[in-house]
Amino acid sequence: MIALPPPKPGILARRDEIIAALRSFIPGEGVIGDATRLKPYETDGLSAYRQPPLAVVLPTTTEQVAAVMRYCHQQGIRVVPRGAGTSLSGGALPLEDAVVIGLMRMNRILEIDFDDRLAVVEAGVTNLGITKAVEHEGFFYAPDPSSQLACMIGGNVNMNSGGAHCLKYGVTANNLLGLKLVTPEGEIVEVGGDHLDTAGYDWLGLMTGSEGMLGIVTEVTVRILRGPEGARAMLAAFKGTEIAGAAVDAIIGSGIIPVALEFMDKPCIHACEAFAHAGYPLDAEAMLIIEVEGSVAEQDFLLNRIKEICARFDPISLKVATSVEESMAIWKGRKGAFGAVGRISPDYLCMDGTIPTGELPFVLKRIGEMSTQYGLQVANVFHAGDGNLHPLIMFDANNPDSFRRAEDFGADILKLCVEVGGCLTGEHGVGVEKRDLMHVQFQPHELAQQRAIKTAFDPAWLLNPHKVFPLEALPQ
Amino acid sequence: MNAPDTEAGIVAAVLAARVPLAIEGNGSKRGLLRPVQAAETLSTRNLSGITLYKPTEMVLSARAGTTLPEIEAVLAERGQMLAPEPIDVRAIFGGTQPATLGGTVATNLSGPRRINAGSVRDHLLGIRFVNGKGEVVRSGGRVLKNVTGLDLCKLLAGSHGTLGVLTEITMKVLPATEATATLKVSVPDLAAGIRALSAGLTSPYGVTGAALLPDSLTALLRLEDFSESVTYRSGRLRADLEKLGGVTLVEGDESRALWRQIRDAEPLAAAPDDAIWRLSVRPSAAPALVASLAQAFGARTLLDWGGGLVWVAGPATEAAHQAVVAATQAARGSHTLFRAPEPLRAAVAVIPDEAPALAAIAARVKAALDPAGLFNPGRMRAGT
Repeated sequence: MIALPPPKPGILARRDEIIAALRSFIPGEGVIGDATRLKPYETDGLSAYRQPPLAVVLPTTTEQVAAVMRYCHQQGIRVVPRGAGTSLSGGALPLEDAVVIGLMRMNRILEIDFDDRLAVVEAGVTNLGITKAVEHEGFFYAPDPSSQLACMIGGNVNMNSGGAHCLKYGVTANNLLGLKLVTPEGEIVEVGGDHLDTAGYDWLGLMTGSEGMLGIVTEVTVRILRGPEGARAMLAAFKGTEIAGAAVDAIIGSGIIPVALEFMDKPCIHACEAFAHAGYPLDAEAMLIIEVEGSVAEQDFLLNRIKEICARFDPISLKVATSVEESMAIWKGRKGAFGAVGRISPDYLCMDGTIPTGELPFVLKRIGEMSTQYGLQVANVFHAGDGNLHPLIMFDANNPDSFRRAEDFGADILKLCVEVGGCLTGEHGVGVEKRDLMHVQFQPHELAQQRAIKTAFDPAWLLNPHKVFPLEALPQ
Repeated sequence: MNAPDTEAGIVAAVLAARVPLAIEGNGSKRGLLRPVQAAETLSTRNLSGITLYKPTEMVLSARAGTTLPEIEAVLAERGQMLAPEPIDVRAIFGGTQPATLGGTVATNLSGPRRINAGSVRDHLLGIRFVNGKGEVVRSGGRVLKNVTGLDLCKLLAGSHGTLGVLTEITMKVLPATEATATLKVSVPDLAAGIRALSAGLTSPYGVTGAALLPDSLTALLRLEDFSESVTYRSGRLRADLEKLGGVTLVEGDESRALWRQIRDAEPLAAAPDDAIWRLSVRPSAAPALVASLAQAFGARTLLDWGGGLVWVAGPATEAAHQAVVAATQAARGSHTLFRAPEPLRAAVAVIPDEAPALAAIAARVKAALDPAGLFNPGRMRAGT
């Protein structure tokens, strides 16, 4: 179980006074203080943990955010930023004595420029909302986390979100130009800009993935890209995970970087097939979904090459989509993977380690052994091209022992990822979930170095102080 | 000059330092930005060698002093490349030593493919560096996706050796493309040239280079992929571009040579005593910027990145520099005084100043990494 720091002395007793002050910055419904209406803000995508905040504010302008931040800074009040609350690592989990700043009302698209290939949006615009705003001209915003219908760009920036297509297009950090943000002391600053590679320290890069610890992002300038002429998927199923892993190596080794290269193991194939009836081969030990882009002729050319490569690995089945509809059918099971596992087991933990892709067979074998040892089922789905694993550990939340075992199992998987040369989190962030595992990946002086940079931005550790770093060094 | 051949040697040098140190690799970019106020030099040039290369995992690690030609040769054997096309500055600075990987990351100077594939920092996966306390700190790693903890890789990339001494670096590497072709479009004026570049970059054909030669009013658009794709796409793109001007096609080695020249700013044809600036702006702002600098001091220019990167050559005077700064500010862009005689580099803001709130944070970040102010003092801004 994950501990939260105790409230700062005196803050809870001043609740009414603090809420009154917040109302002076944000009118009307923009400040929430009553227990019932605070309820939706007590948790996020890591719903095993719940903690209602002191208050929630829903600003509509950067100036309101700055006013709240200045006040909280002066009064020594902790602040937790929140977008859509879809974090799978507890990135939006509040504190009892914290003011949550919810950015969801800052949802305007401020500018779209197709010739300069950029869009300026407020932090509360959803990921998919950006693509929806530009797709009529054939453009899209590239990073595509699974939660893209709900998750907001401000959260994407703070977690450096990835997605299934980042093998080709990169993660959030590779698709940003600039940010407007409010510092922990309440100053409005802009970093980056509406152009590439600003000279000076790369604040844009440091802020991206900083998990809401360095500032409150209120506006984001993103790169928008013209989409390809088309895209098509194929499915390749194999007799063993090791064989599928070798096929992935052979594809990359041939010089082809598919736009997506997804891997599912047998339990995941079965769960998805039962849910989506996508026509997945149930006798396969491992399955790849491979997507390529371009004109129809280019798709044919690439898919034929990939098919030839896969054919060398004694596949159980190779199915190349011949239409957009068939591609969608192939993707349908994968996109519903989390929901499909949710049907088998009411509760699951979604892990997110990354490993060197060459270690895949060994890691899957060890996860299988751990599954037996912990007595919990696991289904593996992951982004094979970049080694980002998503083991889904199934447990029963009504059984405390089952939850404890699931957490221990997950921690063991992440330790294994680090052991083989990988990392604790590829795209979900550390949040509170993996905070206490940071010492597995980093030495004490390395964590101290990162903390010192947090301190440089936030000397009093008021902004999201309970995330990313083990609590023992939290300044009192 | 102290140039240890081990990381432990770098640590010892930092721990022993009593005066500020100039930090460099081969020193190929010593003439960039401001002159460093340091009596001693600590070089990573002898930290050499590739320590890990897994072509199917698309990763390569090397000690900081390993040279780019050495890395590129090893990658080429396996049909791979450093996708951001780092600049070779020897033509600009007149040096003979090739760039090291450490210097390449520390300066984050990407070439034409930046517009499509991303910058050097976008391909940086992991670093080891020695901080001002003599501690070896790691950030990132050797996997392609990693969001564990604060991303110090991005902070150190482009920090010009002011925050730490890079000792080992892991890069993402990509397949080198099989074929390449360049469409040359003759345009009537600069604005039409930018429109031609935009037409390419907003097409679905994956343009990987988009440059404009103002002297000859030629827009250049590069395609790179499997030969089937390059043939198909160059045909389609050519049909689109012919509406904007006469189009000719350059293929293979001729195309590769052309983009090497653009990468290294050779078409700028700066005179030996000219100053050179490198500006980053929104592409649509480039024509007005170029026109105002031509008017101010007869600036010579070369545009890359769809017009978003403007190389400028002109007299090495404070007046010319102030004109560049003013025009870049008007375009809301970012300037770098890339090459100039030392007195000019020491006297002016070689990169933009930061807003006071950011400058305060920058000073505290610098102190968090280099508390005694040992590394490259004054390199980026006076007094820091």
